[in-house]
This record gives sequence, structure tokens and C-alpha cells, in this order.
Amino acid sequence: MDWLGPQEWQAVRLSLQVAAWATLLSLPPGVWVAHLLARGQFPGRSVLNALVHLPLILPPVVTGYLLLWVFGTQGPVGAVLEQFGLVLAFRWTGAVLAAAVMAFPLLVRAIRLSIEAVDPRLEQAGASLGASPLAVFATVTLPLALPGILAGMVLAFAKSMGEFGATITFVSNIPGQTQTLPTAVYAFLQVPGGEASALRLVVISVVISMVALLGSEFLARRVSRRGRVS
Amino acid sequence: MTLSVDLRHSFGDFSLDARFEAPAGITVLFGRSGAGKSSLAGAVAGLFRPEAARISLDGETLVDTQRRVFRPPHRRRVGCVFQDGRLFPHLNVRQNLLYGHRFASGWQAEARDFDPIVEMLGLEALLERGTTDLSGGERQRVALGRALLSKPRLLIADEPLAALDEGRKADILPYFERLRDELGIPVLYVSHSASEVARLASRVIVLEAGRVIGEGRAEDVLAAPGLLPGGDSGVASILGGRVRTRHADGVTEVEVGGLPLFLSGIGLPAGTTVRLRVRASDVMISLTRPEGLSALNIIPGIVERVMPGDGSGAIVRLRAAAGTILARLTRRSIRALNLSEGTACHAVIKSLAIAEADIARSGPQVNVAPEQEVG
Repeated sequence: MDWLGPQEWQAVRLSLQVAAWATLLSLPPGVWVAHLLARGQFPGRSVLNALVHLPLILPPVVTGYLLLWVFGTQGPVGAVLEQFGLVLAFRWTGAVLAAAVMAFPLLVRAIRLSIEAVDPRLEQAGASLGASPLAVFATVTLPLALPGILAGMVLAFAKSMGEFGATITFVSNIPGQTQTLPTAVYAFLQVPGGEASALRLVVISVVISMVALLGSEFLARRVSRRGRVS
Repeated sequence: MTLSVDLRHSFGDFSLDARFEAPAGITVLFGRSGAGKSSLAGAVAGLFRPEAARISLDGETLVDTQRRVFRPPHRRRVGCVFQDGRLFPHLNVRQNLLYGHRFASGWQAEARDFDPIVEMLGLEALLERGTTDLSGGERQRVALGRALLSKPRLLIADEPLAALDEGRKADILPYFERLRDELGIPVLYVSHSASEVARLASRVIVLEAGRVIGEGRAEDVLAAPGLLPGGDSGVASILGGRVRTRHADGVTEVEVGGLPLFLSGIGLPAGTTVRLRVRASDVMISLTRPEGLSALNIIPGIVERVMPGDGSGAIVRLRAAAGTILARLTRRSIRALNLSEGTACHAVIKSLAIAEADIARSGPQVNVAPEQEVG
């Protein structure tokens, strides 16, 4: 990879690292929330739905500021976490949190749609065969929703790769520390002669985004073919 | 093994208010569509929480709203065969069959009853196939096997044949007969078909608008116009007999109460005990033994009762050596023949009037004698 400069390479590597962690860490809560929204009937369901979708609607800078406010070293949660040695603000871990929060709505939406596409009568059949609700979820719902879950992960990964506003607000743009691919592009464009570096990174992000999009399209087509009683 | 159900529940403007008991054997919940049969079966399976109910199986309480008992469906051991099969599309036939078995006996347990059930249902060739390309009849056989392998204490079959064409129905019905005769698992069978009642039912519960309007043995219910969705036109008698021989011309001779009855197109071997459904509208009455008639079956009997029926019709009940035979005639014919209690006459039944769907193999336990029930 000698066609990439060290700073460019660092940014790509950090972005992949941040996106991978953000996707993996948001998956379990994502599946849980998606299942709640798809199948649950409880008061406050629409509030939860709105809360999950909030990062999609809010200006990313606002989300980043809110994160800084809550998870900053002076913030209510950030101060507690600091006691346990976990600092988020201005660290790559904070970039993971920012990316996870921003990608969460996309992840939940894809998983929720795929869970909704699973015929509840199949889940009833599972229960009648002796499977507990948890077992039904693990052996019927999850396998049938799997293509949608994978599609959601692809989307979340791509979104995390490209997250800019919340990241730069929450963790700034420190080369080697918190400079992800998009913030690196931004930084290169601010200095004279940085266009070539920016262009290389732009090509990489276009390729990653295209692959992610095609992958999720392919998986979405598969989910529509499965999960129904034919 | 007794299922006892006492339930009240309302779904919008439809309300269920039913009480019944189902002993061993096949109990058919019978009625037209929308009578509440499937909802009642769903309550037994635990698919919804009834407003007020007491449901017990074998003396064990499944639901008691007064005592706030509601056993969740997966802990009831009530197997279900649904109209639409509901096979898991992500599993192949073998995995579908073993799904419930694993919850009933643990993941390591060897499926000792796997081979016998697979063999009984003729599934050997399908085991490694996916479920999406199975035919309707194959799907229902797999669904039945899957429910049986979950070791249910009660099997619910909710219109399992309704989505199948006549040919496929004829393929599946014998499996339910074998189930009743060989496995002894009590079955709650939801149906709107009189021919399924005639073939399978040890006991029939008739539902209308969410209420039980009658119950009894299949032959009693099918003889009661008021209980049948089709009214008089559905009235039929059920005769029990034994296959004697199959003649070279394709006619099978069945011995019914010491008399030969000639039927067409049954492939059952000699010695098989059978039950036959004879529709009352397919029976003619003659005062003298008719001569020069094409009908092969002429059974002497004595009029036991003449019951007024729909419109210009009436139902005549004959006592014959073969059992009780019902004939549906016009009142004009009854006047013309002067039929009344005690009149000696002959019932005339065309061989072809008893179709393949009306002929059921009845197993060794199923006794033809009217007062006995399936053990």
C-alpha cells in the first residue's frame, strides 16, 4: 500500500477499525430494539421508535455536541466512565460511539423490516412444538431474518465509515488518533497540495460504499424470498 | 386422556361461549366456517389468552382465568397441524421433523420414534429435501410428522385438509385413520366437512356462532338435520362392515350386518373393516323388492320413524340388519307409499353413490357397534 501516504493509510485503517467496532457493538442492542419495535406491544413504543431515529433527523453536529455533553469528561456519563479508565471524548473509542449512534437507525430499520417479514404463524408453530419464546427467536426468527440483519450490518458499517459531523464534533480530527477517512479528506482539502491525497481517499470511500450498497441490495433481495409460508 | 374446555371470549362482535369434553380418539369440532372452531382449538393450543376459561388436559390445568393460570403454548405439549402447514422454510424436511423432538426430549436424545413415524407417513424419500418445493399433500404429511415427533399429549389438526384438492385429501385421510387406530394420541380435529366427520370422528362437537349446538357420535350427528351446516342435504347414515372380496369387474363386496353390499372402486384388502357414509338423498325406498333395477344394493328394513324435513322433504329412518339407514324423500312419496312406523320396505342404494371419500378404513379398536367408543 505504498501509493497511500502514512497519514492517509492511518486514516483508512482507523476508519475500518472504528466502523468494525461500531457495527459489532451496536448489533446486539440493534437486534433487541428491532425485535421490540417489530413484535412488541408496550406503552412508549412510538417514543422508542422516535428516539432510535433521532440521529437520522438531527443535524450530525448536534448529535456530536450532545454526545460531548453527555460523554465528555465533564459530562454525567463521561465522568463516571472516566473513573473506570474509559475516556471517550477526543479518543478513537469516542469515534466508535459517534459512529454507532449515527448508524443505529439504519441498522435497526433493516433488521426490523426483516423481522416483520418473518411470518408470526411460523413462530406460533415453533411454540406449539415446545420452543420457548427465546428458543423460537433463536431458531426461527433470527435465521429467517438473517439476510436482513446482514444487510443492516453492511449499511451500518458503511455509515460508520463515512460518519463526519458527529465524529468531528465529539472527538475532533487528530491525525493518528481520531482522524477517520472523511475527516482526513476534509483536512487534506484545507491545505495546499492536499488534493491528490484527498482524491485517493475519495476513491477508496466510493469503492467501499459501492460494495456495501450492492451487498445490502443482494441480501435484501434474498430476505424477500425467504421467511414466508409458501 | 380427557380434554375439558369451558371458555368465553369475544373478538369484536363475535363471541365464543363453549363448553365441551374430548375423550380419547378423534374429536371433531364441526361447523360452518366462522363458527369459532379454529378459535376454540387455538385457545387449547394457547395461541391467545381467553377472557374467561378453564381448560384442562388429563386433569392438568392449562388455563384457569379465575386462578390466573395460563400455561404458555410451549409448555402445553399440544401438537398442531395447521391448514397452511407452516413448515420452517430455512430447514429441510428432516430438520423440520426433528424440531419439536429436540424440545421434547433434549438435543442429544436419539429419536427412537423417528423411523416409525417417517415410515408411517411415507416420508423416507423427502427427508433431505427443502420444504418450498413440496406438494400440498407432502407438506401436510411433514407437518403431521413434525407434530407427532414433538411427543404431544394432544394433537390439534386445524382443517388440515382444507387447502388440498380432493385427490390429495384422499392421500392424507388414511394417515389420520392410522393415527387414531395405531398411536392412540387424542386428536382435536377442526373440520367443516361431513365426509371427514364420517371417516374420522369418534366424537363430534357441533359449533354454530361460537356455541356448541350438539355433540355425539358421528352417526348421530350426521343423522340430525338440525346439526348439519347443510341441513337436510347433509344427512347421512354410517354403516360399518368388512371387505369380503373384490370381484374381477372392479366391484368390491363388503359385508354389512350379514348382507353383501356392492361398492365400486375401493382398493382395500379383504378383511379390512370399513365405515361407509351413505347420504340420505342417495337412498330410494321401495315397498316391494324391485325387479329389473340397475342398483346393486337392495336392503330390506322396517321404517322406524318418519321425520318432517326442509321444505317438501322428510327423512325416513329404517332399521335394517345392516344398521340404521336414512332416506331423504319428498312428503309426496311418503304419502304415496303410505310410509309410517313399522312399514316393511327396501332401501335401494346405487353402488356409485358411495364415493371413495365416503369409505373409511376403520381400525381394530374402532368398533362398529353403536354404543362403543374408540378406546
